[in-house]
Amino acid sequence: MEFGPHLLLASLEGATTAAVLALTAMGLSIVFGVMRVVNVAHGEFYMVGAVLAWFIATSVGAHPALGFVAALLIAPLLVGFLAAGVDRLILRHINYDPERTIVATIGTLYILQQTTLMTFGPDARPVEPPFNSRIALPWFEWGENGFEFYFPWGLSTTSYKLFVIAAAVVILITLWLAITRTKAGLVMRATQQDSDMAQAFGIPVKTVYSAVFGLGAGLAAIGAVLVVPIQQAYYLMGHDPLLLSFIVVIIGGLGSLPGTIIAAILIGMADGIISVFFTPTLAKIFATLVVAMVLVFRPKGLLGKSTS
Amino acid sequence: MSDTSKSHGLHLGLICVLALAYFVLPAYHSGNLASVMVIAIYAMGYNLLFGYTGLLSLGHALFFSAGLYGLGLMMHLADWTPLPAFAAGLIAALVVSAVIGFLILRTTGVAFMIVTLMFAQAGYLTILYFGKYTRGDEGFALQQASRQIAGYDLTDPGVRYYCALVLFSVTLLGLAYIIRAPFGRTLVAIRENEERARMLGYNVTAIKLKAVIVSGVVSGASGATYALLFGYAGATFATVQYSIFPLLWVLVGGAGTTVGPFVGALFMFYLIDYASGKTEAYLLVVGVTLVLVTLFLPHGIVGTIRTRFLRWLP
Repeated sequence: MEFGPHLLLASLEGATTAAVLALTAMGLSIVFGVMRVVNVAHGEFYMVGAVLAWFIATSVGAHPALGFVAALLIAPLLVGFLAAGVDRLILRHINYDPERTIVATIGTLYILQQTTLMTFGPDARPVEPPFNSRIALPWFEWGENGFEFYFPWGLSTTSYKLFVIAAAVVILITLWLAITRTKAGLVMRATQQDSDMAQAFGIPVKTVYSAVFGLGAGLAAIGAVLVVPIQQAYYLMGHDPLLLSFIVVIIGGLGSLPGTIIAAILIGMADGIISVFFTPTLAKIFATLVVAMVLVFRPKGLLGKSTS
Repeated sequence: MSDTSKSHGLHLGLICVLALAYFVLPAYHSGNLASVMVIAIYAMGYNLLFGYTGLLSLGHALFFSAGLYGLGLMMHLADWTPLPAFAAGLIAALVVSAVIGFLILRTTGVAFMIVTLMFAQAGYLTILYFGKYTRGDEGFALQQASRQIAGYDLTDPGVRYYCALVLFSVTLLGLAYIIRAPFGRTLVAIRENEERARMLGYNVTAIKLKAVIVSGVVSGASGATYALLFGYAGATFATVQYSIFPLLWVLVGGAGTTVGPFVGALFMFYLIDYASGKTEAYLLVVGVTLVLVTLFLPHGIVGTIRTRFLRWLP
């Protein structure tokens, strides 16, 4: 393949990564924005979402589409309740102290991961996509015979990957409407701005915290259910989404939701394109160092407001 | 007896017990104890930064593996003898901790933890990237023939045990001295109230940088000792898990106590050893312990003994 079609292919792969990443990182960002805590177990909620999707899809067993829809509806809910339980049993008792929360969520990370290893096992298992037709893409070129277009070999995507992108956009718009236009969103924003004042006005801040923690984990689980027909469910799959979500949330500015979306698109596309053209290890080293440097020299993130 | 002589007595007593334990314990347990002493050096290095200075790093595996590979690569590729290679390990840890410390101290709080995590991750990936020399996750073994100091064979269990004990004792007494010295007192002052320490005229950033470097070099010494005594270096030691282990040992044993890191390392070593005999998912005990300690034992084992019974514990 020539460079042009190759780049288009890489961008399409990148767009799928970006869509899933935007959902996952949005979960982390909402939790940090409202509760001011870093959830290190976020990647494991993603993993549990994928594993539950496999369980649900295999136990429904009918047409793949039916199992997938069931998984998409049920798995994020279960993960959300699981996370709300973690909040109620652990985080509430340590009073959301930032450092102790990090240690406790590291503990939760191991508990979720190792419990999955004990029940689901060490194998990676696929979920069948509901539909998966290959779509060949045309490429336009100004050649010897004037303007022409043809279908380069290997330049194609699948209908499912396009569905993932569309689904992520729909979910994120719904989320935005829910935060800005509904009573629940208002309560959430009030808690974010000043939890003491919110409490004084009769908002049950602790319940809001549990709900927000569950919502964040549920968003990660939605991303995981969408990704599981492309990648496979595996008990160690939570590591990369955690690191990438961290990167996205930091680059986007801690707690800034529009920043998170922009950064997810940027990082997802860059990840897709870089991993097509460069060795993945070198790309990862470079990306990790760049993000660390951003945090060192611009602690509020690229789009965050400066303190001065 | 004054509190100072009591704590001297505690440290020397612990060293004597460990010295005698080799004759009493069966070979399996004395072998375990040698590993515990080496990882306790790592935990003590971590404790200086976390327990005394109040900086929670999630990237100490970087310093540990700097020492591990500093010694390992010199012996493996350049055929250096153990003593200069050990010095190379310390220098590697010194350089890495000075550079990283300079950068990470610009951040505070949650950002500090994430930045340390990311630098350690970059370090791990770098080790994988140079897999031609480091052999990546698979790692490399150091030959028995090269692991000799002045005629002593470090692969012999007895020599290995006492070599670990000597380095453990030097670290324990050295850090206990540092903590009582004005430098250590300043670290505690910074932990308790950084603004006040700054207002009293201390150059807080410079002192914290010194703490990072001392902590990093001690962690690197532990890594170099590990490679030397157990003859193996691999990228696994640079993963996030090995940054979380010292945090776990210190939290369980008691942050900000001199013997806590050893107690925590000993306890967790046997707990993980026991669990890995039972199930493949032995890391579950790491998770459960972390959660339980955060919830119910915020001062750790030694820290709780200190607040409840023995106020003089160092």
